[in-house]
Amino acid sequence: MKYLILIQSNPRTLEIWEAMSDQQRMEFGRGHRKLTGEMEEAGVYVASEGLADPSLAKWVSVRDGRTIASDGPFAEVKEHLAGFYLIDCASTEDAIAWAAKVPDAANTEVEVRPVLDMSGWEF
Amino acid sequence: MGVLTGIEDLLRAAAPQVLAAVVRRYGDFDTCEDAVQEALIAATRQWPVEGVPDNPRSWLITVAARRRIELLRSENARRSRESQVAADPTPEVRGDDELALLLLCCHPALTPVSQVALTLRAVGGLTTAEIARALLVPEPTVGQRISRAKQRIRDCGARFAMPDPDDLGERLTGVRQVLYLIFNEGYTASSGARLHRVELTAEAIRLTRQLRDRLPADGETAGLLALMLLTDARRPARTRPDGALVPLAEQNRALWDAAAIAEGVEIITGALRDTRLGPFQLQAAIAAVHDEATRPELTDWRQIQLLYGMLHALAPSPMVTLNRIVASAMVDGPSTALAALAEAAADPALAVHHRVAAVRAHLLEMAGDPAAAREQYRLAARQTLSLPERLYLESRAARLA
Repeated sequence: MKYLILIQSNPRTLEIWEAMSDQQRMEFGRGHRKLTGEMEEAGVYVASEGLADPSLAKWVSVRDGRTIASDGPFAEVKEHLAGFYLIDCASTEDAIAWAAKVPDAANTEVEVRPVLDMSGWEF
Repeated sequence: MGVLTGIEDLLRAAAPQVLAAVVRRYGDFDTCEDAVQEALIAATRQWPVEGVPDNPRSWLITVAARRRIELLRSENARRSRESQVAADPTPEVRGDDELALLLLCCHPALTPVSQVALTLRAVGGLTTAEIARALLVPEPTVGQRISRAKQRIRDCGARFAMPDPDDLGERLTGVRQVLYLIFNEGYTASSGARLHRVELTAEAIRLTRQLRDRLPADGETAGLLALMLLTDARRPARTRPDGALVPLAEQNRALWDAAAIAEGVEIITGALRDTRLGPFQLQAAIAAVHDEATRPELTDWRQIQLLYGMLHALAPSPMVTLNRIVASAMVDGPSTALAALAEAAADPALAVHHRVAAVRAHLLEMAGDPAAAREQYRLAARQTLSLPERLYLESRAARLA
């Protein structure tokens, strides 16, 4: 089973981040790298990335065959995706145990979402 | 292409025999497994160019034995053992080795994902890259699962040998579970065109067939093989070209694989007659009843209901309970089945099962309550973990709008 662990950024997480010392922020980054290594070591790792600031996002749509890429509307968005881990493990319990190791979980919370597979039940 | 496929088949068939022969001779499963992998890769490169050697297995064993020494030589700590190792005579292929190898790869000390990865590589002769593509995970992740599995085997002192007769039965149960897991991995990932993807269902059938050849009197192995054949036979009709799921009742039965069905029916009939009954045999028998109906309305639901009753007594599970209720709806009508579902869902283990709503929706639709059925279909669509199933449930709901 694949699970996506989502790390959101919102006013609350931002407040915690801003209160951190340089040292604490460095520890935080180290914690993420260590976790990636642990996931690789355990054979559950699929992918993980941290995302750039949403002000750099482009909003893409296609109308009448034309691609339109625009900035925003990020101003009113209070919460955005800051990073994720995609893992492949045996159960929801395992996924929760991995999510608990995400450094952000110690301050705020992270979200665990099961990924849809292609299985089907015939009846 | 023909030549290449021939070589691939040859290598896949030889892989476990070669590995078993080398492990039996030298004992260190971990290094031997790496060495055989390298020998297989060398053969994939050389044979298409230089031709297949007269005795492919001896060639692979010789190369693997040589690679093993090279691997050991690169490990300084083991240098002292190398001269003694180099003088050993060449290992040979023996009958029971492959079974011992399969048992080792499915050792109960390993996690299911490790068992799957190690079995596919050591017994199936697949490369790490092929396994990764088949399981839809990155190659290093599979590599890590294999190396952890081998380390675990080393740490727990598991030996390359046939277990005691007393333990064999239980160990074989584990092996069958791993093979079934491989089959289901393939079955669940089979939708959508994935070029160059190793077919895990075909691989699981091949390995189960080998196991059955070795243990012809084992009823549950026969049952597992029959179940795989009878389930896989429906695959061409199971999804539409766009990947959408087709329920059993709506499948184009002309697309079912008649040869696979005939073989599966023959195997399960023999097993039911000659061996002790087990859960895989019952599941295969149920699949056979479905597959033998040329039209959905000819399905012998009474027989299916009976078989699910036996399965429930032998190996109860939420899925068995739900399928039994679906069968009872076809025999006793939807209201009886709805009452049975309400009763079953009172069990906390079943109450949270994501397919309860799907069954309830189906029964409500049968009972002529489209509004309630639609609501349950929508609920089921939100609860499922399968994309094609979600699309199917959503379309059922929309059809009742």
